[in-house]
Amino acid sequence: MKGLSLLVLAAFAGLLVYGGADFAALGDPKSPASTHVSAQYLQRSYTDTKTPNVVTSVLADYRGIDTLGETAVVFTAAAAVWCILLTGRKKDES
Amino acid sequence: MTDRHSSVIVDTVTRLSIPFLQMFALYVIAHGHYSPGGGFQGGVLLAMSTVLPRLVFGAEASRQQFSTRAAITLAGVGVLIYFLTGVLGLLYGGAFLDYGTLSFLGGDPSTRRYLAILLVETGIGLGVWGALVTVYDLLLDGEAP
Repeated sequence: MKGLSLLVLAAFAGLLVYGGADFAALGDPKSPASTHVSAQYLQRSYTDTKTPNVVTSVLADYRGIDTLGETAVVFTAAAAVWCILLTGRKKDES
Repeated sequence: MTDRHSSVIVDTVTRLSIPFLQMFALYVIAHGHYSPGGGFQGGVLLAMSTVLPRLVFGAEASRQQFSTRAAITLAGVGVLIYFLTGVLGLLYGGAFLDYGTLSFLGGDPSTRRYLAILLVETGIGLGVWGALVTVYDLLLDGEAP
Protein backbone atom coordinates (compact mmCIF):
# COMPACT_ATOMS: atom_id res chain seq x y z
CA MET A 1 0.00 0.00 0.00
CA LYS A 2 2.84 2.34 0.88
CA GLY A 3 4.62 1.44 -2.35
CA LEU A 4 1.45 2.18 -4.31
CA SER A 5 1.01 5.62 -2.76
CA LEU A 6 4.68 6.40 -3.42
CA LEU A 7 4.14 5.34 -7.04
CA VAL A 8 1.08 7.59 -7.35
CA LEU A 9 3.04 10.43 -5.75
CA ALA A 10 5.95 9.97 -8.16
CA ALA A 11 3.55 9.84 -11.12
CA PHE A 12 1.90 13.04 -9.96
CA ALA A 13 5.28 14.74 -9.50
CA GLY A 14 6.24 13.63 -13.00
CA LEU A 15 2.98 15.09 -14.33
CA LEU A 16 3.73 18.42 -12.62
CA VAL A 17 7.27 18.52 -14.05
CA TYR A 18 5.90 17.64 -17.49
CA GLY A 19 3.36 20.46 -17.22
CA GLY A 20 5.94 22.88 -15.87
CA ALA A 21 8.29 22.22 -18.75
CA ASP A 22 5.75 23.84 -21.04
CA PHE A 23 5.76 27.18 -19.19
CA ALA A 24 6.98 30.28 -20.93
CA ALA A 25 10.37 31.52 -19.74
CA LEU A 26 10.22 34.05 -16.92
CA GLY A 27 9.92 37.55 -18.37
CA ASP A 28 9.54 36.28 -21.94
CA PRO A 29 8.09 39.22 -23.92
CA LYS A 30 6.36 36.83 -26.35
CA SER A 31 4.56 34.77 -23.70
CA PRO A 32 0.75 35.04 -23.64
CA ALA A 33 0.85 36.82 -20.27
CA SER A 34 3.04 39.58 -21.69
CA THR A 35 1.16 40.08 -24.95
CA HIS A 36 -2.44 40.32 -23.74
CA VAL A 37 -3.22 43.31 -21.44
CA SER A 38 0.14 43.79 -19.69
CA ALA A 39 1.54 45.84 -22.56
CA GLN A 40 -1.59 48.03 -22.54
CA TYR A 41 -1.20 48.68 -18.80
CA LEU A 42 2.45 49.67 -19.20
CA GLN A 43 1.82 51.93 -22.18
CA ARG A 44 -1.37 53.63 -21.00
CA SER A 45 -0.87 53.83 -17.23
CA TYR A 46 0.51 57.36 -17.21
CA THR A 47 -1.94 58.87 -19.69
CA ASP A 48 -4.90 57.09 -18.05
CA THR A 49 -4.15 57.77 -14.41
CA LYS A 50 -1.20 60.24 -14.20
CA THR A 51 0.43 57.68 -11.90
CA PRO A 52 4.08 56.89 -12.64
CA ASN A 53 3.99 53.78 -10.45
CA VAL A 54 2.31 51.17 -12.63
CA VAL A 55 1.92 48.81 -9.68
CA THR A 56 -0.32 51.35 -7.94
CA SER A 57 -2.40 52.08 -11.02
CA VAL A 58 -2.94 48.37 -11.69
CA LEU A 59 -3.68 47.65 -8.03
CA ALA A 60 -6.12 50.49 -7.38
CA ASP A 61 -7.54 51.30 -10.81
CA TYR A 62 -7.34 48.60 -13.48
CA ARG A 63 -7.75 45.80 -10.93
CA GLY A 64 -9.78 47.82 -8.44
CA ILE A 65 -12.41 45.16 -7.76
CA ASP A 66 -9.69 42.66 -6.92
CA THR A 67 -8.22 45.05 -4.35
CA LEU A 68 -11.67 45.79 -2.93
CA GLY A 69 -11.96 42.05 -2.35
CA GLU A 70 -8.55 41.97 -0.66
CA THR A 71 -9.52 44.76 1.69
CA ALA A 72 -12.79 43.01 2.45
CA VAL A 73 -10.86 39.81 3.21
CA VAL A 74 -8.65 41.67 5.70
CA PHE A 75 -11.73 43.13 7.38
CA THR A 76 -13.47 39.75 7.36
CA ALA A 77 -10.45 38.18 9.07
CA ALA A 78 -10.63 40.76 11.85
CA ALA A 79 -14.40 40.32 12.18
CA ALA A 80 -14.00 36.53 12.31
CA VAL A 81 -11.38 36.78 15.07
CA TRP A 82 -13.73 39.14 16.91
CA CYS A 83 -16.67 36.73 16.63
CA ILE A 84 -14.73 33.56 17.53
CA LEU A 85 -12.67 34.87 20.45
CA LEU A 86 -15.25 37.15 22.07
CA THR A 87 -18.12 34.66 21.95
CA GLY A 88 -15.82 31.93 23.31
CA ARG A 89 -14.80 34.14 26.22
CA LYS A 90 -18.36 34.97 27.15
CA LYS A 91 -19.33 31.29 27.29
CA ASP A 92 -16.41 30.53 29.59
CA GLU A 93 -17.45 33.20 32.06
CA SER A 94 -21.14 32.35 32.32
CA MET B 1 2.76 40.93 27.44
CA THR B 2 0.74 42.67 30.15
CA ASP B 3 3.78 42.89 32.44
CA ARG B 4 5.38 46.25 32.12
CA HIS B 5 9.14 46.15 32.06
CA SER B 6 9.80 49.66 33.20
CA SER B 7 12.74 51.15 31.38
CA VAL B 8 13.37 54.81 30.78
CA ILE B 9 15.25 54.11 27.57
CA VAL B 10 12.52 51.96 26.01
CA ASP B 11 9.79 54.39 27.12
CA THR B 12 11.57 57.43 25.72
CA VAL B 13 12.55 55.83 22.44
CA THR B 14 8.98 54.62 21.94
CA ARG B 15 7.55 58.03 22.77
CA LEU B 16 9.93 59.69 20.32
CA SER B 17 9.61 57.20 17.49
CA ILE B 18 5.82 56.91 17.31
CA PRO B 19 5.20 60.33 15.67
CA PHE B 20 7.87 59.62 13.09
CA LEU B 21 6.44 56.15 12.49
CA GLN B 22 2.98 57.63 11.84
CA MET B 23 4.40 60.38 9.66
CA PHE B 24 6.28 57.80 7.62
CA ALA B 25 3.08 55.72 7.34
CA LEU B 26 1.21 58.72 5.92
CA TYR B 27 4.10 59.30 3.53
CA VAL B 28 4.00 55.67 2.37
CA ILE B 29 0.24 55.90 1.73
CA ALA B 30 0.34 59.28 -0.01
CA HIS B 31 3.49 58.59 -2.00
CA GLY B 32 2.29 55.25 -3.37
CA HIS B 33 1.73 56.91 -6.73
CA TYR B 34 5.44 57.56 -7.17
CA SER B 35 7.30 54.95 -5.16
CA PRO B 36 6.81 51.47 -3.74
CA GLY B 37 4.14 51.61 -1.07
CA GLY B 38 0.45 52.25 -0.79
CA GLY B 39 -2.46 51.49 1.44
CA PHE B 40 -1.48 48.03 2.64
CA GLN B 41 2.09 48.96 3.58
CA GLY B 42 1.11 52.27 5.14
CA GLY B 43 -1.71 50.59 7.05
CA VAL B 44 0.73 48.08 8.54
CA LEU B 45 2.99 50.95 9.64
CA LEU B 46 0.04 52.73 11.26
CA ALA B 47 -0.92 49.51 13.02
CA MET B 48 2.64 49.16 14.33
CA SER B 49 2.47 52.69 15.72
CA THR B 50 -0.58 51.54 17.71
CA VAL B 51 0.76 48.14 18.73
CA LEU B 52 4.11 49.52 19.92
CA PRO B 53 2.61 51.46 22.87
CA ARG B 54 0.61 48.35 23.77
CA LEU B 55 3.87 46.43 24.07
CA VAL B 56 5.76 49.11 25.95
CA PHE B 57 3.20 50.89 28.14
CA GLY B 58 0.89 47.91 28.64
CA ALA B 59 -2.37 47.00 26.99
CA GLU B 60 -4.61 48.67 29.58
CA ALA B 61 -3.11 52.15 29.26
CA SER B 62 -2.91 52.00 25.47
CA ARG B 63 -6.50 50.84 25.02
CA GLN B 64 -7.75 53.98 26.73
CA GLN B 65 -6.21 55.91 23.86
CA PHE B 66 -7.24 53.56 21.06
CA SER B 67 -9.72 50.85 22.00
CA THR B 68 -10.33 47.57 20.22
CA ARG B 69 -13.83 48.74 19.38
CA ALA B 70 -12.38 51.83 17.72
CA ALA B 71 -10.02 49.58 15.77
CA ILE B 72 -12.72 47.34 14.30
CA THR B 73 -14.84 50.42 13.53
CA LEU B 74 -11.86 51.91 11.71
CA ALA B 75 -11.44 48.70 9.70
CA GLY B 76 -15.10 48.85 8.66
CA VAL B 77 -14.84 52.54 7.78
CA GLY B 78 -11.82 51.80 5.60
CA VAL B 79 -13.62 49.13 3.59
CA LEU B 80 -16.65 51.43 3.38
CA ILE B 81 -14.55 54.30 1.95
CA TYR B 82 -13.29 51.98 -0.78
CA PHE B 83 -16.74 50.55 -1.50
CA LEU B 84 -18.46 53.95 -1.56
CA THR B 85 -15.83 55.27 -3.97
CA GLY B 86 -16.87 52.43 -6.26
CA VAL B 87 -20.57 53.19 -5.76
CA LEU B 88 -19.93 56.88 -6.54
CA GLY B 89 -18.64 55.74 -9.92
CA LEU B 90 -22.02 54.10 -10.49
CA LEU B 91 -23.92 57.21 -9.33
CA TYR B 92 -21.95 59.44 -11.70
CA GLY B 93 -22.96 57.26 -14.61
CA GLY B 94 -19.90 55.07 -15.03
CA ALA B 95 -19.08 51.52 -14.09
CA PHE B 96 -18.42 50.32 -10.53
CA LEU B 97 -15.00 51.62 -9.45
CA ASP B 98 -14.67 53.68 -12.65
CA TYR B 99 -13.00 56.78 -11.24
CA GLY B 100 -12.90 58.65 -14.54
CA THR B 101 -16.53 59.75 -14.18
CA LEU B 102 -16.17 61.29 -10.69
CA SER B 103 -16.62 64.89 -11.87
CA PHE B 104 -16.64 66.36 -8.32
CA LEU B 105 -12.90 65.66 -8.15
CA GLY B 106 -12.39 68.12 -11.00
CA GLY B 107 -10.00 68.01 -13.91
CA ASP B 108 -9.92 65.53 -16.73
CA PRO B 109 -10.60 61.81 -16.23
CA SER B 110 -6.93 60.99 -15.68
CA THR B 111 -6.66 63.53 -12.84
CA ARG B 112 -9.85 62.14 -11.31
CA ARG B 113 -8.37 58.65 -11.41
CA TYR B 114 -5.18 59.98 -9.83
CA LEU B 115 -7.12 61.50 -6.92
CA ALA B 116 -9.53 58.59 -6.54
CA ILE B 117 -6.59 56.19 -6.26
CA LEU B 118 -5.42 58.22 -3.26
CA LEU B 119 -8.93 58.03 -1.79
CA VAL B 120 -9.00 54.27 -2.26
CA GLU B 121 -5.51 53.83 -0.82
CA THR B 122 -6.59 55.79 2.25
CA GLY B 123 -9.50 53.38 2.68
CA ILE B 124 -7.15 50.40 2.38
CA GLY B 125 -4.78 51.97 4.92
CA LEU B 126 -7.51 52.55 7.50
CA GLY B 127 -8.88 49.05 6.91
CA VAL B 128 -5.53 47.33 7.38
CA TRP B 129 -4.73 49.50 10.42
CA GLY B 130 -7.98 48.64 12.19
CA ALA B 131 -7.91 44.97 11.25
CA LEU B 132 -4.36 44.37 12.47
CA VAL B 133 -4.91 46.16 15.78
CA THR B 134 -8.17 44.23 16.30
CA VAL B 135 -6.50 40.89 15.66
CA TYR B 136 -3.57 41.79 17.92
CA ASP B 137 -5.80 42.88 20.80
CA LEU B 138 -8.09 39.89 20.61
CA LEU B 139 -5.31 37.34 20.28
CA LEU B 140 -3.59 38.93 23.27
CA ASP B 141 -6.34 38.11 25.74
CA GLY B 142 -9.72 38.01 24.05
CA GLU B 143 -11.23 40.26 26.69
CA ALA B 144 -14.39 42.15 25.92
CA PRO B 145 -13.45 45.72 25.00
